[in-house]
Amino acid sequence: MSTAVVDPMRSVVYEVQRIRKETSDTFTLELHSTNGSNDFPFAAGQFNMLYVFGVGEIPISISGDPSKHRSLIHTTRAVGLVTGAMRQLKRGDSIGVRGPFGSHWPVEHATGYDVVIVAGGLGLAPVRPALYHILHHREKYGNVVLLYGSRTPNDILFRREVEKWRARLDVDVHVTVDRAIHPWRGNVGVVTRMIPKAPFDPLNTVAFICGPEIMMRFTVLELQKRGVTTDKIFISMERNMKCAVGFCGHCQWGPNFVCKDGPVFDYASVKHFFEKREI
Amino acid sequence: MPIGWTDEQDGGTYRLKERDDEALFGYQVGPHSWKKYLHPPRRRLWQAEMRDNHMVIVDDEPDYPRYAFFGVRSCELNAITIQDTVFTSGPYVDIGYRERRKQAFIVVVNCVEAGGTCFCASMNTGPQAEQGFDLALTELLDPNQHYFVVDIGSKAGAAIIKQVPHQQAQEQEHMAAQQAVAQAARQMGRTLDTRDIKMLLYNKYEHPRWDEVARRCLSCTNCTLVCPTCFCVSIEEQTDLNGQTAERWQRWDSCFTADFSYIHGGSVRSSASSRYRQWLTHKLASWIDQFGTSGCVGCGRCITWCPVGIDLTEEVRALRDGEPRIGVAIPTLDAV
Repeated sequence: MSTAVVDPMRSVVYEVQRIRKETSDTFTLELHSTNGSNDFPFAAGQFNMLYVFGVGEIPISISGDPSKHRSLIHTTRAVGLVTGAMRQLKRGDSIGVRGPFGSHWPVEHATGYDVVIVAGGLGLAPVRPALYHILHHREKYGNVVLLYGSRTPNDILFRREVEKWRARLDVDVHVTVDRAIHPWRGNVGVVTRMIPKAPFDPLNTVAFICGPEIMMRFTVLELQKRGVTTDKIFISMERNMKCAVGFCGHCQWGPNFVCKDGPVFDYASVKHFFEKREI
Repeated sequence: MPIGWTDEQDGGTYRLKERDDEALFGYQVGPHSWKKYLHPPRRRLWQAEMRDNHMVIVDDEPDYPRYAFFGVRSCELNAITIQDTVFTSGPYVDIGYRERRKQAFIVVVNCVEAGGTCFCASMNTGPQAEQGFDLALTELLDPNQHYFVVDIGSKAGAAIIKQVPHQQAQEQEHMAAQQAVAQAARQMGRTLDTRDIKMLLYNKYEHPRWDEVARRCLSCTNCTLVCPTCFCVSIEEQTDLNGQTAERWQRWDSCFTADFSYIHGGSVRSSASSRYRQWLTHKLASWIDQFGTSGCVGCGRCITWCPVGIDLTEEVRALRDGEPRIGVAIPTLDAV
């Protein structure tokens, strides 16, 4: 190894350009570089380590459009110390960025296939870059289906954008909620219930799944029932991460480091571990 | 040098004992491995300062001490090689580790006696160091003389030997050294059957033995701290009182804590059995998939320093002998 290798643990300072409240507990951060260069190439599904001064650092998937490098977009939920502090950031505040890290949704390999994206809750954020890519290259894909489940109508992430996608004639968007509240007139129930009737050809389909593990588990089962093979099913995993480069050991999942072998895995290669508890 | 002293080791037991000869290296490995120098228990990665409400990252002046490790055993040399792979062979490199390692001068002592918890012979990591040292000594004590047979492993090693009174070893002395080390190989206090060990462990995720060992395991993390290959760390934030400076500190961590696998909502591995399973399966099975070798060098420290004497060789034996609760044939992972 040459001595020119960059220290992968060192953050680069970015500036908060905009912080947008998405739902009651989720928000989107738009970041700009402080050195004038806003080129931040990444692949759909990858994540960054974001650092809040004096608080800490956490992995957050990139939720922006991979073809637009002007700003770096992340969407997350304020659940912990770091995300809580992140939500309080204002325009012009500093934030540390390391990345991008990890594997990505195989959008190139999915060309020619129907693509089914199944997302639960905040899981829509890590798959949004893949959907952007697919919509930019719409002619390369067969049917494109987005199945999205959220807790309540008020928790629907990127709602205006979801409605815009739903209005398109070349994408099938189906949204369901766990609990309906007035004036919801859409589907009620778990996202997996929408799989049996979704318009895709199971033998020529690639599926991207992102959401809680229990939701991904049942989604895989439903897709398999329709005849989608496990090598065409991709999931995005989440684990505790401190380093994102395979040194800290926290994200180990069987033989995999979720940070560098994942977070996106083809289901066939992780089936053995995914189906067991506390791995 | 600890002349006149040796140690006695067994599960959960470490006792110093007097010995009645003049041996300089008449003891086995203690709790501390060389890991603490190359991969320090605590290390500051970088600092950040707030200047006019803007964060500035402050890099520390690189300070890489030049170490000479004297008395490295073969198992430990293998452990260093294993950590080299972890920290320097992938797309990302731990620069601090690489710099400390690059400059290290290593003097090996081949073991002529094995301890009660040693099983390097099972792991093919000793007692004879084969490569990767600057000098390797074999201590020989016979009634007439006390001397060292030295193998030179590098130019730097040769340069040192030039300055030490020595003479060319004779065939007979080489033979004596080989026999002494072979004697140690026969004395191993423990053995581990490593045949097909990767799939053995991958296929025993649901074995009742994990619950059994978890009833004894205190999740104290001793095994991971004394292990010369365990590399896991956490990274913590440290701030000053006026909120102007923050430091990023890396410290050793252990997969035996519940916090280790915490993600929002709870720990992935909340039970002690899942944590012991993670440690043993990582050490002996998934390490092979990750880094191409076992993560165990047979030094026996985890057995000696376990306060309740849990013995991984015994646990593997129990897994090998017992039948899995759920008998599922699983294809080899290489095939998928």
